[in-house]
Amino acid sequence: MYPVSYHKPASVDDAVKALSSGEEAMVLAGGQTLIATMKQHLAAPSDLVDIRGIAELSGIKISGDTLSIGAAMTHAEVAASKDVQKHIPALACLAAGIGDPAVRHMGTLGGSVANNDPAADYPAALLALGATVVTNKREIAADDFFTGLFSTDLEDGEIITRVDFDKTEAAGYAKFAQPASLYALVGVFVAKRGGDVRVAITGAGDDGVFRSEALEAALAKDFSEAAAKGAGVSADNLMSDIHGDADYRAHLIRVMAARAVAGAA
Amino acid sequence: MTKVSLTVNGKPVARDVAGGTLLSEFLREDLRLTGTHIGCDTSQCGACVVHVNGKAVKACTTLAASLEGADVTTIEGLANGGLHPMQEAFKEHHGLQCGFCTPGMIMSGVDMVTRYKAEGRELTQEAIRHELEGNICRCTGYHNIVKAVEDAASKM
Ligand SMILES: Cc1cc2nc3c(=O)[nH]c(=O)nc-3n(C[C@H](O)[C@H](O)[C@H](O)COP(=O)(O)OP(=O)(O)OC[C@H]3O[C@@H](n4cnc5c(N)ncnc54)[C@H](O)[C@@H]3O)c2cc1C
Ligand code: FES
Ligand code: FES
Repeated sequence: MYPVSYHKPASVDDAVKALSSGEEAMVLAGGQTLIATMKQHLAAPSDLVDIRGIAELSGIKISGDTLSIGAAMTHAEVAASKDVQKHIPALACLAAGIGDPAVRHMGTLGGSVANNDPAADYPAALLALGATVVTNKREIAADDFFTGLFSTDLEDGEIITRVDFDKTEAAGYAKFAQPASLYALVGVFVAKRGGDVRVAITGAGDDGVFRSEALEAALAKDFSEAAAKGAGVSADNLMSDIHGDADYRAHLIRVMAARAVAGAA
Repeated sequence: MTKVSLTVNGKPVARDVAGGTLLSEFLREDLRLTGTHIGCDTSQCGACVVHVNGKAVKACTTLAASLEGADVTTIEGLANGGLHPMQEAFKEHHGLQCGFCTPGMIMSGVDMVTRYKAEGRELTQEAIRHELEGNICRCTGYHNIVKAVEDAASKM
């Protein structure tokens, strides 16, 4: 790792200042992705601005039909939250399945979303639930936030403060984990609000997380396992790598979608 | 350099550390606590697991500079007079061969037992295997590690 200066501001304003004063300053959250990236010299920030000391970024709140989760909340905290378990149980379940216990004790919602790894779990939840990413500058709809492999709509120096999720009638998540990395080989999140069904797929897309029109149409008509299994999911624009080719992933998408529907609550 | 004051195995420690110093380096090189092992240095193997404020974390993926005021426990801090019940159980059930992964296995074992007890959940064999996903052992085949954790859970 190259030399780096460490900062731990107590407010969003101080964090923004620290980010703009460093030559190439970066936000540090749980470090579960960034530290490994720095060791490999794939990232070489001059300064790290640790956002875990900022009170505004922590906490989980429900107001009306909206569940708000602070960006610095760890996967373990989200998984264990009674509010999340009650409001959107699939989200608690998703957080409980990220990586391993030590990763869940450190990794955060904001870090996962900002990183937008094509095989990460949270991006599928945000996209299917139509969540809103709130930053120090603005609110960004999930549909506009994820812009491709490891890329998002965030600007330089912009900090995610929380993510807002609206209640659903039913939501479910199923992931086929790549057994060595524990990331999703295919993960499918389904969310139903009345006749509207949104389905987001992670781990499989050539260009990162995406919504499946075929599954959304099939499940809007008939929200059932059979409909998910029978949907015409195409292998176009799906990833092929040593873990599985595009056809295999297309098949897994149907199977995981059926499991997500079966577990939806 | 960042000045950090923290508690390691019950003792206060204050040091100036470089921003990029990993907790694993800090423990092994600055404090000479070499019980925390480095297997992969890429967050995969769990040999470096220690407790920070009572929670299992990978020391190779934690910055020492971020631990102002933290309470760190390493494998050296577990035995209190006699061996900890988890250490005793690993010995009893032959939960190790070369022993390289053992400090991390034991720290993860203590973490999961404490967590499940606090949440009132039953730590079944299946749950133990699932909880050990971040700890890799090249020798034992895991069976005796799972037995050891199960046995220690009944004694902790
Ligand atoms: C062994 C292992 C297994 C894993 N398995 C999974 C898995 O199964 N599924 C999964 O989804 N993930 C997995 N992960 C990744 C894990 O969830 C990470 O915690 C996550 O991707 C990054 O979160 P972090 O808080 O650690 O962020 P960091 O590593 O600190 O930061 C990541 C990036 O996000 C930026 N950032 C962080 N917070 C903010 C913010 N609030 N605003 C703006 N930018 C920000 C940083 O600048 C950096 O670019 C795994 C990681 C490991 C090491
Ligand atoms: S050395 Fe830290 S996980 Fe392997
Ligand atoms: S006992 Fe040798 S690696 Fe586990």
